[in-house]
Amino acid sequence: MPPATDPRPAPTASLGEPSDGLDRYARPQPSELVERMLAGDRRALARLLTLVENQTAEGEEALRLLPRRGAGERGHVIGFTGSPGAGKSTLVGKVIDGFRARGEKVGVLAIDPSSPFSHGALLGDRIRMLGREQDQAVYIRSLSSRGHPGGVAAATAGMARLLEAFGMGRILVETVGAGQSELAIMGLAQTVVLVFNPGAGDEIQGLKAGIMEIGDLLVVNKADLPGAREAAGFLKAALRVGPPPQPGSWEVPVLLVSAATGEGIDLLIQGLEEHRRYLEASGEGGRRRRLQAENELANLIRERLARQVLDRARREGEWDRLIEALSSGDLDPHTAADRLLGA
Amino acid sequence: MLVAKVGLDGHDRGAKVVARALRDAGFEAIYTGLHRTPEEIVEIALQEDVQVIGVSILSGAHMTLLPRIASLLRERGMERQVLLVAGGIIPDEDVEALQREGVAAVFGPGAATRQIVEFLRERLGMTDSRPAPAPPVRPSAKTAGGERPLAPSH
Repeated sequence: MPPATDPRPAPTASLGEPSDGLDRYARPQPSELVERMLAGDRRALARLLTLVENQTAEGEEALRLLPRRGAGERGHVIGFTGSPGAGKSTLVGKVIDGFRARGEKVGVLAIDPSSPFSHGALLGDRIRMLGREQDQAVYIRSLSSRGHPGGVAAATAGMARLLEAFGMGRILVETVGAGQSELAIMGLAQTVVLVFNPGAGDEIQGLKAGIMEIGDLLVVNKADLPGAREAAGFLKAALRVGPPPQPGSWEVPVLLVSAATGEGIDLLIQGLEEHRRYLEASGEGGRRRRLQAENELANLIRERLARQVLDRARREGEWDRLIEALSSGDLDPHTAADRLLGA
Repeated sequence: MLVAKVGLDGHDRGAKVVARALRDAGFEAIYTGLHRTPEEIVEIALQEDVQVIGVSILSGAHMTLLPRIASLLRERGMERQVLLVAGGIIPDEDVEALQREGVAAVFGPGAATRQIVEFLRERLGMTDSRPAPAPPVRPSAKTAGGERPLAPSH
């Protein structure tokens, strides 16, 4: 069953009328948008990003139309995550500059939390990355962490593919926190950078298992502040706990940077490039891509099947009946699920 | 939605209040920070594929800056997709001229945020006044903001 088409309202004015009516949705075909995007049209890219973000039928068609890329031609997706206040957005801004200085094109997806109540969001990362608007080799897009059918990780994956197809060699994905959805988003990245505040000692103690394991590079930001060196020391000690690294495997560096002054950024850029080379040379890149492909396909299937079952149940009123029965204790969830799934 | 502060004007409390109100109304708001140029604002609007640009001007420069933004939108073929509205200190006698230039609405200092939200909902064709449980139509009014982040900093 196809997903909903673009949910935005139909045009209220036809082309040629004065712009008093909003003619936002005169809709070029996905194929036309993709063609224009591949030719370098940034507006086409912008509209495709929206279609893919909202997981519309047009968005899915557009993704299907993207040219296939071999392993060597793919963009390098780098994830940045960490606690709020660690200065990730400012850091990402400096990383953009660092790659630009090397002549590379950079795409950025900045993910901000949205309200669970209103579903609205203040997308505040971009304000830390200002000043690069006139650079045609940089493209920055904000998105909120909720309100995406199929989850934000799926939306992000599709949007990253578009940026890659547009020609961005590096795609920086920034998110905050270390919850399930952040981990899922970081799962899309080939390289993950964890960003810490100085004074991160307590933070590190409290880190859930798994978050440290996903970091390929650990960065202590705000190196000019007291506590930065200590935090770096904590992180190095924490890395030493656990099984010793296999020979030839990646050694996770702990880097001290100051996004404000630019100190340490060069080493970070170098580290990112080294990790990318390591992934290809060691076969680890291939292994992660296979894992990502598995996750993506499994999620897609789960999402589609769930949508089919739920849509039908809601349409036929079965959903309401089951919920009523569940709430009043007449039915248990497993039996309800059996009925829905026709088991 | 883009909430933008353009030019030399350094006061952004109003812009931030509006941005928060937009968020509470279920929109995605991006605040651009202070002192953005019209070119920067339009480029951000393009990248973020916004539906609304709300410009806050308290400096009196509205008759230069707003038409410039409208003209850039036309240059880039965006004028049919992006609603341009303005707020701040804009005298009534200038409103008609601004509307001729492509500004869809001007909200004076006394305008209630609810009024702004309702206007935007109506113009964007969102007649249901409750926040949508389904993924929001992406009304990305970019709100340009000032120095302080509106969202919790990361």
